[in-house]
This record gives sequence, C-alpha cells and structure tokens, in this order.
Amino acid sequence: MSRLNEANIKTALEIIARYPRPKSALIPLLHLSQEQNGFITRDAMVHLGELVGVTSAEVYGTATFYEMFRFEPVGKYLVNICGTMSCALMGAGDLMHHAEHKLGVKAGGTTADGMFTLAHAECQAACTEAPTLQVNYRFRYKVTNSDFDALIDDLKSGKLSDEIPSHGVVARIRQRIPADRGVGAVAPELATENPVWMDGKAAL
Amino acid sequence: MTTAIRYPHATGFVAGDRPKIVTSRFEHADSFTLERFLSTGGYAGLRKALGRVATDVHEEVKSATVLGRGGAGFPAGTKWGLTPQQVFPKYLVVNGDESEPGTYKDRLLMERDPHQLIEGCLIACYAAGLSQCFLYIRGEMALAQERVATALNEAYAAGYVGKNILGSKFSVDIVLHWGAGAYVVGEETALIESLEGNRGMPRLKPPFFPAANGLYGQPTIVNNVETLANLPWLMVNGSEAYTAIGTKTSPGTRMVAVSGHVKNPGVFEIINGTTTFRDLLYGAEFCGGIRNDNELKAFVPGGGSAPWFTADQLDLPFEASQVGPAGSMLGSGAIMVMDSTTDIPAAALTLTHFYAHESCGKCTPCREGGTWLERILTRIVEGTGTEADLQQILEVGAMICPGDFPHASNEKLGLTAVPFPYKMTTICFVGPSAFAPLHSAITLFRSEFEARLVKRISIPVTAVSTTSKVLASQ
Repeated sequence: MSRLNEANIKTALEIIARYPRPKSALIPLLHLSQEQNGFITRDAMVHLGELVGVTSAEVYGTATFYEMFRFEPVGKYLVNICGTMSCALMGAGDLMHHAEHKLGVKAGGTTADGMFTLAHAECQAACTEAPTLQVNYRFRYKVTNSDFDALIDDLKSGKLSDEIPSHGVVARIRQRIPADRGVGAVAPELATENPVWMDGKAAL
Repeated sequence: MTTAIRYPHATGFVAGDRPKIVTSRFEHADSFTLERFLSTGGYAGLRKALGRVATDVHEEVKSATVLGRGGAGFPAGTKWGLTPQQVFPKYLVVNGDESEPGTYKDRLLMERDPHQLIEGCLIACYAAGLSQCFLYIRGEMALAQERVATALNEAYAAGYVGKNILGSKFSVDIVLHWGAGAYVVGEETALIESLEGNRGMPRLKPPFFPAANGLYGQPTIVNNVETLANLPWLMVNGSEAYTAIGTKTSPGTRMVAVSGHVKNPGVFEIINGTTTFRDLLYGAEFCGGIRNDNELKAFVPGGGSAPWFTADQLDLPFEASQVGPAGSMLGSGAIMVMDSTTDIPAAALTLTHFYAHESCGKCTPCREGGTWLERILTRIVEGTGTEADLQQILEVGAMICPGDFPHASNEKLGLTAVPFPYKMTTICFVGPSAFAPLHSAITLFRSEFEARLVKRISIPVTAVSTTSKVLASQ
C-alpha cells in the first residue's frame, strides 16, 4: 500500500547510486517515504529494505532512532515549539502554554480536525531569535502569542500553503547530479591508489 | 530552482565593522546565488588552490592553524595529516548537524552562503586527497537543505563540482545528505554511523579519530561547516593574512551567537582570541548590555555542554588556552546569558532535560544517569525534592564524570582549579554534558536549589511510644 510510487522509486535509485554502500541512502529514503505517505508505514519499511538490501527490521532500527520519523499519522502541520535554554529564558514556556490553549491540545497531541500536531522540540539553532518555533521545519522567529494566533489562522486559511508544505515534505529542492558531470560513488574496493591529482603536480 | 529565494532568511546576524572571513557576503540579500557568489570573488580560492600542488595547499592550511569550529578546536590542517598514507579512498564528511543548545552559525553559513561552503569542501578534498565528500545537514533545517541543494545543482552545471573541476584533473562528487533529528549525531563517529544508514550511536574509542578508521572503515575527515567556510578566504589571501587576525594560538575569526537576556542578541563574526566576554555582552557594537540594565547572574560560555561562568570571568578572552584552565570551554561559540531575574534551577533543568532526551542509549551512565538527573531535578524545581535528592544528583553525576570537576569558581570557593575537560565513563561527551552545566549551577547557586527543597518539620520527641512501653514492661 505505501510502497514508494514509480516516480519516487526512480528518485530513490538515483539517491542510492550516490553512495558507496546502498544502506547509506536509508535516511534520505525514509524521508522520501514520509514525504509520500505523511508517516512511515510497515510496508514502506519492507520496501526500503528491499531497495537498499537490508531487512525491514534493520530499517525499523534506523528509523526509530530519529525524531523526525513518525510511525502514525500526524497533523498536516507539525508545530514544534523550542523549549531549550535560550528559548526557555525568553518565554517559551508561556508560548507553549498559549499554544496549548489556542489549539486545544496538549503538547504531543493532534487537533480533532487533523490540521495541527503540537510538539515540544529541542534546540532549533535559532537561539538569538528566541522564542522560536518551526511549522513543518519552517522557522518563525521571536514568536509572541499574537504572532502564534496569526500563524495558526494563516495556516488554516491556506495563506501559507506556498511556503509551508504538508508534513513529510522537508526540502522541496533535490540535488540532481547530471550523468555527464558526476564522478560516481567511490567505494572502498574501487579506489586502491591515491587520487590522480595527488601526483605532485598542480591540477591547473 | 529559485523558489527558495522568496522565503525568509535566517535572521540574527549583525555585521559590525570588523574583518570578515566567512560572512563577507551576508550583506547581500541574494548572497546564496551563484551569480552573487561569482561577482564577489567566489571560487577564486578554488582556482588558486588548483593552481598549486595539493600538498602545498595542505601546508598552507596547516600553517594558518585553522582551528576546528565544531567544539573541540582541533586544527584542521593537522587533522587532515592524520590519515594513513597508503589507504584509499579517503572521504570528507561535513558536519552540518548543528544542534548544540545555543549554537547558531552553521545554519546561517549554509542558508546564506552555500557556495562558500562548497568551495571550502572542494579545497579540503583537493589538499588532503579525499575522493568523495558527504555534506551532512541537520534534518530540521529545511531551508538550508534547499539552499545547499540549489547551490550544488548550480555548481555541478557550471563545472565547479564533479568531473574535471574547472577543466583540471581534479574530480570529486559532493553528495548532499540530510539527517532526521538526533543531537548525538553531531559527534563525529555517530555522524559516520548515521551516514552509513544506522542508528546514530557513537563508536567505541580507540581509534580516537575517524581519520584512521571512519566511513566504511576508511580514513575519513570530519570537518565542521564553519571550519571549511574559512578555506576560500584563506586560499585567496594566504596564511599570513589569516594569522594576522586574532592571536597566535587562535588565529582568524569566529562566529559567535549570543542569546538570552541581553539587549541585542545576535550572531557576530568576532576576532578570535582577543575579544572578551565583556566586549560581547556589554560592548555597544555587540549586545549592548543586559536587558533592562539588570545584573548579570551567569552565562554559558560555549554551548549547552559547557560549565557556566559568572561576572568574575567576563574579562577572559575568546581563547581556548585561557577558558580551559578557568574550568570551561569555548565549544561551538554559543553564549547564553542569564540576568538576575533568572530562576537558576529551572534554567538548569532545560539543559538537563535536553541531554536526557538526546542520550542515544548506548552507555548506561548517560542513558540511566541522564534520566535520573532530569527526574530528580524536576522534583526539586517543582518543590518536592529533599536534601537527599540534591546529594543524589551529585552522586549520579560522579558516576558519569568521576573525580574532581572543572569549575570556573573553584578557586574562589577555596577549591583546587581543575581544568576542562573532565574524566568520563561514557564514550562521548553527551553524558558529561548532562551533568557539567548542572554541577556548575549547583556549585555557584546552591542556596537557590536548597530554597526549593521540602523543609523537614522538627517534632520534639517527648512521649515514649506504646511499643517501647510494652517492650520495657516485659
């Protein structure tokens, strides 16, 4: 049911080919799968295991280590409010409290209409702009309570659908290595000597 | 391909009137485009490097003493030299998994000048003979991933990356890789595990350096984003110009994020080694003082893992050889400031929670100890902790990092000064990091923790209990 579709299989094979060992592509492929389905399903893990040549248990092992992978549906918008030190010092606790009231769910919960999942997050690397939050990994800085209300309203009305994609989509731009420009993966067994430019002469 | 342009930049960078090595293009709104990059001297450093013998380029970087900007401060040129001579291929892994509490610089560099980073990667690969580069960006940084992907696509098309770069014999692929949310992956061996598609758990040491045994068991150089971003400027201007900025032991500049209770929090590119914490916190060109002109209570000098400093250490310069002996570290260039209104136990709890949450679970002292610390401290903050709880925190901590503990105010408190780093019972620094800030908070502000404890009500013992009466009568 939730195996990768044709187009995504093509992308997946492209990604796998960049690595000396196929298993290295696992995290990018899990993202691809989450992008397609909104969360990671059992079937998806079986399929990814087939693609990179490991068991689905190994895929599960890797996937469950990382916070961004979800194994059950979440809201269309995942609202992560940072609660680590800088944000906490600048009022993240109050912001979370306000958010819980506004959305009517506790941190970790999803609204009844399936639009929002509210979550507590750890440091988001925007500490000078505290308190911060991310909606599907898109930043909002120095968030006040009224900023939060406006953000939720804009998300509901679809005003931000251009900037903020549905949960699962992280980067919308993919790396594409043109066939005629790429060197190809350098596996340990493929390179047995120093690269050609290490011959003691300048490259240019 | 240019859709990313419409979306808001990472804000917070304050330019100021200082030498700029890595942030020179930040003034331009389109600093991340190839067009702007090329019109402002982009890829000139690469061209210059390729015009020289690879080992010469390596020597140049070595003589510039480019200190690693990820936290440990190990010189990049020396690190490159640690790979075994006759083992191939060697890999470059770029650590863009910025997630240390308080740290905010690599994301700026990736979002606002991705080509500079790409150029830095290419120079490193050329100089150290590295056959393939993996650029690992933190999973939560969507815009940084988009910007770097766009930049890589542009660079491939224009012949700056890939086969026969600039028409030379130098060929290398840069593969964009992205994580999925795990703090511990910032540790270099965990980063490699994650890049191999595994759970991001640090590897056993020794070998201490992936330079000997890293990705797929091959020699691997792991460099921080900011470290590599220094290389293009260094190539264009030379190591003498580089070492002319800053001090002999800490040359060049550093990006520092100052957050928390200051008037103007921001990210600054400062002169390494000479700028003091006082300059940063109070200087008009930096943060301009504590908010509402409050008193400074404490500050974190180098990311969430660092033991805290107080006003006594304000005059220390941004120089590892002085901050280390004073009992803390510069880490990843993150300063978090707490003013006199700060609830210290609650502030410490945010960090303890962070490390308990982010422990990968490999080492028992960190997995169990971190969680214990969080639970006990939560009790204290909520007002249900006892004196025994406070003692227990110190005992649990001593199982993670045994022995004397480095501490900024040791001497002031009549204790022996113990330099950073500490002893530890875990493979990586996540374990000790759970305890280090908490230990310094308890040492510096013990009375605040004690004020939270449940008070024992002393009941005078007068009446003899029934049991003892019965016993006495027998």
